[in-house]
Amino acid sequence: MRSSWRGRNSVAIFVDQNTKVIVQGLTGGQGRFHGLRNRDYGTKVVAGVTPGKAGQDVEGITIYDTVESAVAATGANASFVAVPPKAAPAAILEAARAGVGFVVCITEGVPAQDEARVFATLQRDFPKTRLLGPNCPGIISPGKCNIGITAGEIAASPTSAGPNVGIVSRSGTLTYQALYELKQRGIGVSTCVGIGGDPVPGTSFVDCLAEFQSDPETHAIIMIGEIGGTAEEEAADFITNHVTKPMSAYIAGVTAPAGKKMGHAGAIVSGGKGTAQGKMDALRAAGVKVGLNPTEACELMAKIVSKIS
Amino acid sequence: MDLFEYQGKQYFARFGIAVSPGGVAESVDEAIKQAEAAKYPVVIKAQVQVGGRGKAGGIKLANNADEVRLHAKNILGMDIKGHVVKRVWVEHASDIAEEYYASFTLDRSAKRHLLMLSAQGGVEIEQVAKVDPTAIVKLHINPIEGLSIETAKRSVVEAKISARAQDGVAAMLVKLYECFTKGDCDLAEINPLILKPNGEVHALDAKVTLDDNAAFRHPEWDEYRATEVLDAREKLAREKGLQYIGLDGSVGIIANGAGLAMSTLDVVNQVGGKAANFLDIGGGANAEVMTAALDVINSDTKVKSIFINIFGGITRGDEVAKGIVEAMKRVELRAPIVIRLDGTNASEGRAILGAAGIDESKLISRPTMLEAARSAVELAGKK
Repeated sequence: MRSSWRGRNSVAIFVDQNTKVIVQGLTGGQGRFHGLRNRDYGTKVVAGVTPGKAGQDVEGITIYDTVESAVAATGANASFVAVPPKAAPAAILEAARAGVGFVVCITEGVPAQDEARVFATLQRDFPKTRLLGPNCPGIISPGKCNIGITAGEIAASPTSAGPNVGIVSRSGTLTYQALYELKQRGIGVSTCVGIGGDPVPGTSFVDCLAEFQSDPETHAIIMIGEIGGTAEEEAADFITNHVTKPMSAYIAGVTAPAGKKMGHAGAIVSGGKGTAQGKMDALRAAGVKVGLNPTEACELMAKIVSKIS
Repeated sequence: MDLFEYQGKQYFARFGIAVSPGGVAESVDEAIKQAEAAKYPVVIKAQVQVGGRGKAGGIKLANNADEVRLHAKNILGMDIKGHVVKRVWVEHASDIAEEYYASFTLDRSAKRHLLMLSAQGGVEIEQVAKVDPTAIVKLHINPIEGLSIETAKRSVVEAKISARAQDGVAAMLVKLYECFTKGDCDLAEINPLILKPNGEVHALDAKVTLDDNAAFRHPEWDEYRATEVLDAREKLAREKGLQYIGLDGSVGIIANGAGLAMSTLDVVNQVGGKAANFLDIGGGANAEVMTAALDVINSDTKVKSIFINIFGGITRGDEVAKGIVEAMKRVELRAPIVIRLDGTNASEGRAILGAAGIDESKLISRPTMLEAARSAVELAGKK
């Protein structure tokens, strides 16, 4: 399925120029705003879904009642879920049931119990569906596909000559920061994945690192983590055993006090676990260059890249 | 949101988990009333969200009204590790034969619910984990399968809970699991879970953390909100709908996005300063939000400089700039602003700030996060 990165149709991870996207909640404020921006970027936004609004259209994009009917009519293979927290779990599962292989959910504020149930349901009943999020900025493969809330203009397209960098991040704004800094340094990005800051993300660091490792278009990887949980430590383990591409990283929250949620539902240091220091140590031990702020992580990446080229 | 013990017990009771008869009191007279209702002897327990209450003298036994008066008077207003006791929980004292431990949390790495059960309760579970990790039974539960009484029973046997307590503890686990899931808890913990000489089991303590994201389906949580321990700045921020956490430094922080806000704290720290707060204004901030944010920062008398760190994604630099100009007209700021504006429409934003003619002693712009942090820390140190 993957072609050589020197080939004309270069690939990216999870999405590419052929990805056909429906927007669940296209008639809502968030869905409309970001869905249309995604289309303006060049993403193939082929349909919208809002129950009870079949036949309407949003700037030329047809609305369907169900994901099933939208998929049947358009052949969509990805969904962008932009609905309120109450409706998000059902919307994600509806997309999975309709056979959609890649679901991006930007919704912030989904209860952790719901996330855990959705994840377990996907795993048991719809193993072919990958969920990104909830509470994530989405995914962008510069020049090919942008699903979510990232401003496309801050991302530099990958070059056929390379080297290109893959980005995976738990934070939205820090993802943009990384995209922007790489662009300023003239470094192309293969794919940038925001996995989100919630306790049960559908896609993990490890999932993304595995994809980047086998993606011929990605030559180096930046990872941006934050306090809370053990996802970064698990990533460090995976890097030690499976990732040969050079990496830099940044972990937000060195100064975060214990027991306080720093904005994200998943960002909390509790019982001495999930500290930034522990995560940085684990990543360093795995051979990752760790910056003490986002700029430093990108400077480290610039050095890595200069050695590749 | 963390609940106080008494709230946790009330929450447990909703799910049929047995707790001692008792009530909460904010005064000595109330405590005596609650004690009479619960029947002597009673235990008077300080309601603070911090460990080590017993050692600090915050838990006392009382056999009559005089003893309640004495202890309640001492405990109310007591300072336990910086937490002032506003309420006591007065409950009927229980005879204890054995003490166990039980809790449910989400294991984020396994993406499953996690039961932890131990026959060694009444002490810190971290301590048990250190001294004798085999004494803790851990069971992962698939959230879509739930916990059956049979599975609970197996864990109880495995944890070597006394034979006569096994049925009671297993039934309690199923109820606690229901409280954890249907009650939308991040943590539901009973320590100790006691066996009484008469064979009954019940929850002698309650530690409950609720998932704030689930508040929309729990109107009953409103009363817990009312007693949440917030400082004046945090209260004001909540009224204005901002994500704010008070800290004790002198550099006020405003950033868009939780990650960037955390990172801003880190960078300030890195260049030798200390942040006064965490404040995330979120995406798409307008003049209204910026004014509210500056209001909250301005209410903090320790703030000597304000670092506004914005990376425009959906948030547009020109909107942020308009917001700051507007806010500065409405609010008289006690400290100078250092702003770093990058990303979408950043140059338009900087142009708006420049054209507003704001004096350099009140607002300066820096091109990078690091330079802005240095300036903010320097300004904070000057006064």
